[in-house]
Amino acid sequence: MKTDIAIIGGGVVGNMIARELSAYDVGIVVLEKNHDISMETTKANSGIVHAGYDAMPGSLKALLNVRGCALMEDVCAKLYVPYKKTGSIVIAFNEEEHEHIKALYDRGIANSVPNLEIINKARLREIEPEISPKAISALYAPDAGIVSPYELSDSAADCAANNGATYIRNFEVSSIEMKDDMFVISDGECFIEANIVINVAGTHSDDIANMVGDFSFKISPRPGEYALLDKAAGYIANTVIFTTPSKMGKGVLVAPTTHGNIIVGPSSYDADEKESYAIRKGQLPIIFEKAKESVPNLPVGQMITSFAGIRAHTEGDDFIIGSSKMNKNFINVAGIASPGLASSPAIAEYVADIVKEVYPKELRRKENYNPSIKRPIRINSMSFEEKQVAIAKNPDYARVICRCETVTEGEIKDAIHRPVGAVDIDGVKRRVRAGMGRCQGGFCGSKVMDILSEELDIPVNSVTKFGKNSKIIFERTK
Amino acid sequence: MLAIIGAGPAGLAAALEAHKEGIKDIVIFERAKEPGGILLQCIHTGFGLHYFNEEISGPEYAARFSEAIKDTDIKLICDTMVTSISKDLEIIAMNKKDGLMKFKADAIILAMGCRERPRGALNIYGTRPSGIMTAGAAQEYINIKGYMPGKKCVILGSGDIGLIMARRMTLEGAKVEAVCELLPFSGGLKRNIVQCLDDYGIPLRLSTTVVCVHGKERLEGVTIAKVDDKLQPIPDTEEYIECDTLLLSVGLIPENELSQLAGIKIDPVTKGPVVSDTRETSISGIFACGNVLQVHDLVDFVTLESQVAGKAAAEFIKNRNLKNEFAKVVPGERVRYIVPQKVSLPVTEELTFYFRVTNEFDNMIVSLSVNDKEIYSKKKRKLAPGEMENLKIKTELFENLTSDDVIEIKVKEK
Repeated sequence: MKTDIAIIGGGVVGNMIARELSAYDVGIVVLEKNHDISMETTKANSGIVHAGYDAMPGSLKALLNVRGCALMEDVCAKLYVPYKKTGSIVIAFNEEEHEHIKALYDRGIANSVPNLEIINKARLREIEPEISPKAISALYAPDAGIVSPYELSDSAADCAANNGATYIRNFEVSSIEMKDDMFVISDGECFIEANIVINVAGTHSDDIANMVGDFSFKISPRPGEYALLDKAAGYIANTVIFTTPSKMGKGVLVAPTTHGNIIVGPSSYDADEKESYAIRKGQLPIIFEKAKESVPNLPVGQMITSFAGIRAHTEGDDFIIGSSKMNKNFINVAGIASPGLASSPAIAEYVADIVKEVYPKELRRKENYNPSIKRPIRINSMSFEEKQVAIAKNPDYARVICRCETVTEGEIKDAIHRPVGAVDIDGVKRRVRAGMGRCQGGFCGSKVMDILSEELDIPVNSVTKFGKNSKIIFERTK
Repeated sequence: MLAIIGAGPAGLAAALEAHKEGIKDIVIFERAKEPGGILLQCIHTGFGLHYFNEEISGPEYAARFSEAIKDTDIKLICDTMVTSISKDLEIIAMNKKDGLMKFKADAIILAMGCRERPRGALNIYGTRPSGIMTAGAAQEYINIKGYMPGKKCVILGSGDIGLIMARRMTLEGAKVEAVCELLPFSGGLKRNIVQCLDDYGIPLRLSTTVVCVHGKERLEGVTIAKVDDKLQPIPDTEEYIECDTLLLSVGLIPENELSQLAGIKIDPVTKGPVVSDTRETSISGIFACGNVLQVHDLVDFVTLESQVAGKAAAEFIKNRNLKNEFAKVVPGERVRYIVPQKVSLPVTEELTFYFRVTNEFDNMIVSLSVNDKEIYSKKKRKLAPGEMENLKIKTELFENLTSDDVIEIKVKEK
C-alpha cells in the first residue's frame, strides 16, 4: 500500500493531525498498534484544557498550549465533543506559594494567556465554596477548561476518515526502511510505503525514531494514577483545582469531568515500563490525602473507579516537534506530555505547516473538506420532543442498554458503525459511555457484547474488552 | 392507574395484591424482555421455603407470579425503560414499539431492585485486565448466555450470590480457589456456606481480601492478604493465587436513581427510601418494596413486603385516606437498620419490623421499646448481619401511640 503521509499513532494528537491534514489533497494512513485508537495516554489523563501559564515563555509548550486553548472550544463544537470552559485555579496556602503563583501569573502574561488574575481568599471561596479555608489566594485562569479526551480523539479520527484518511488498527510498526525516497513501514507482515512519516507514537515515539536512526531524544514514561468519583460528588469542584506545581508535574488536581463526575489525581513517578497501566499499592490513599489539602470534604467514598495513565516525559521538558535530523520527511511529534491534550489543535496546525514545507508538491486544500462530523444522537441530553423525533426515525434509540448513563441500543450501534468505529467493549464505553457509570458495566456488559457480536458479525465469545487476549467469556457451558 | 416499576418478584407480588384489592388499571413497566427480574438467572433451588412451603428454583418462583398475572387484566409492558418519575406521579418511559411515553399515575410502586457493587468502588490496586466481574454478571453469562467466564477463579466477598456462584462455577468444571471475605464473618446465609462451599471443599477465608490484580490483557492472578481489625491488609500476609477470573460479591446497592429524581428521601444506611409501615415513601402516593427498599436475603420476604405495598397503594387509590401522623422507628444498640423507618398512626394492624444486626451475636435478647420502655422482647440464639431478622408486634401493644413517640429495637445481652 502506498500513501503520501503515514501517521504512526492513533492517539488524540495523531488523530488531530490526521484531521488537519485531511483538509488537503493528500493520501493519509494512520497506523495504530492497538485494537482500537485512543487506548494509551489519550484514554487516561486529566482531560484538562490548560490555560498556558505553566510552560516557560518561548517554549513550544507555551506557544501551542495558549493557541490550543483558544482553538479548543471551536474544535469541540465542530466535533460535538463535550467541552466546558470551567476556568482553573492554582491555590496558594502560604506566602511562599503566593509568590509562586505570582511568578506563574507573570509567566502567563509572558505567554499571552488572556484574562489571568490573582484572586483573594473571599473571591476564591465564591468560585469554589468547598476549597480549604487554609488557602490564602489563587491564580485564576477563566479560559481554562475541561474536555473529554477520548471523545475528542475518536471524533477527530472519524472526521479525518470522512475526509479520506485511512485507519489501520492492530498495526504495530516493527521496522521502517528506506526504498528510494519512500519510507517502507512494516509490522512484520504488511508494508506501507509513504513519502512522509509523522511519528506520534506517544511513549514509544523514541523507539519509532530509532528505526530511522534518530536517537536524539528518549521518552521516560511517567505514570500517574487517578480516581474517578460518582456524579453525586459533582458539587465538590466547579473549576480545575490545582495546588502549586512541583518538579514532577502539576500536583494533584480535583476537577469536574465533562460528564459531571469528579476526577482526582494524578500521582507521578518515573517508571521503567512504557505500558504500566497499573495502580500501585497505596497510591490512591496518597492521592486522596493530597487532594484533601485543597478540598477537605472530598467524598472519597464516592469513588467509582481508578485508573493509571502514562506521560510521555522527555528530558528537555518541552514538546519535540519537527523534522528529524536524519530525514526532513520524518517528522517527530514527541514528548507530548501535559499540556498535550490542550495543545492538540495547535500541534495539528503546527505539524501541517511543517508538512507544507517539506512536501515536494504544493498542498492543495480540498474544496469539499468538512471539519465537522455528523451530529451524534445523545438521548440522555435531549429534551422530550427531541427524543420523540429521534425515536420516530429509529426505534433503537428507545431501547436503553446502559441504565446508569442512559445509553441506547441505537447509540451503541452508531458507535460501532462510525468511520473509525468501536470494535470492543471498552471502545463502546469510550465512544458512548455505556458502562462508564456507577455500575461500571455490571448490567450492560453482557448486552453490549451481544450488540458487538451482532453488528460485527463475530461469535459472542470472541468479543473482547480491549482486543487480544482480553476476552470475557470462553467455551459453552456443559 | 397504578404504575409499578419493575416486574421482578417485588413488582409482580405488589401488582397481584393491588389487583386482589380491586384495582383494575395496573401497569407494570419492565426493562427486560420478560418478567421475573434477577430470579430468571437464579436457576438453583432454595426459593419459596417460607412462602410456598416448598423448595423451588428462581425461574419457577417467578413463574408462579407471572403466570398468575396472565389471568388478570394487569398490563405488563416489557423491554421498556422508565427514564423518570416526578413527585406529581408523572412517568416517562420508552421502548422500541411505542417510542416515548408519558403517563400520569394515581399511585406508583417502586420495585426496581438492586445492583451489585463494582470493582471500582474497592481499593484494589494493579492492572485492569478482563476477567474481573460481579458474581451476578458471571451468573448471567453461565445461566442465561450459556458460556463460561473462566476456568480458575477467586471470589471476593461471601454474599449469597458469591457463594451460589462458587458452587455453580465448580459444577461447570471450573476450579474455585478460594472465597475471600474482608469481614470476620460471612455476609451470606449459613445454609449457603454449607451447601455451596463446605460441600465442595471450597475454602472460605475470612478477614482476607484481594489487594492486587495481575495480568495485562486477561487476569493472570490475584494477591490476597489477611486484614487486621480495622480491615487494613496486614503486611507479610500477602499470597499470590493464580486465576483467570475474579468474581466480586461485595454488596448490593438498591437502585434508587429514579427515586432520587423524584426527590424521595433515602435512608443513608439501607440506601433505599425511608418508608412507613405501608411502604409509602416520603412522597405521598409513591410506595417502594423489595430490594429497591432494602436488600433482602430471601425472595419470600420480598413477596410479603410487596404485598404490603400493593395493598397500601390500592387503599391509597380507593380511599385517599392519607395517614400523615407517624411515630419514628430508630435502630438501637447492635442494630444497623430497621424497615419501616416510621409507623403511621393510629396502628390498626399487626406490624412486622425487619432489621439487621451489626455483628455476629450468640444468645441475645431482641427488645422493642417505646420511649425507652420495653414492650416486647424475645430470645435469639444466633444473630448475624447476613440474616435479616423480623419482629411481629400485635396491634394492641401500640395503642395510644402518638407522633411524639419513638420506637426502638435493640439487641441486648441476656
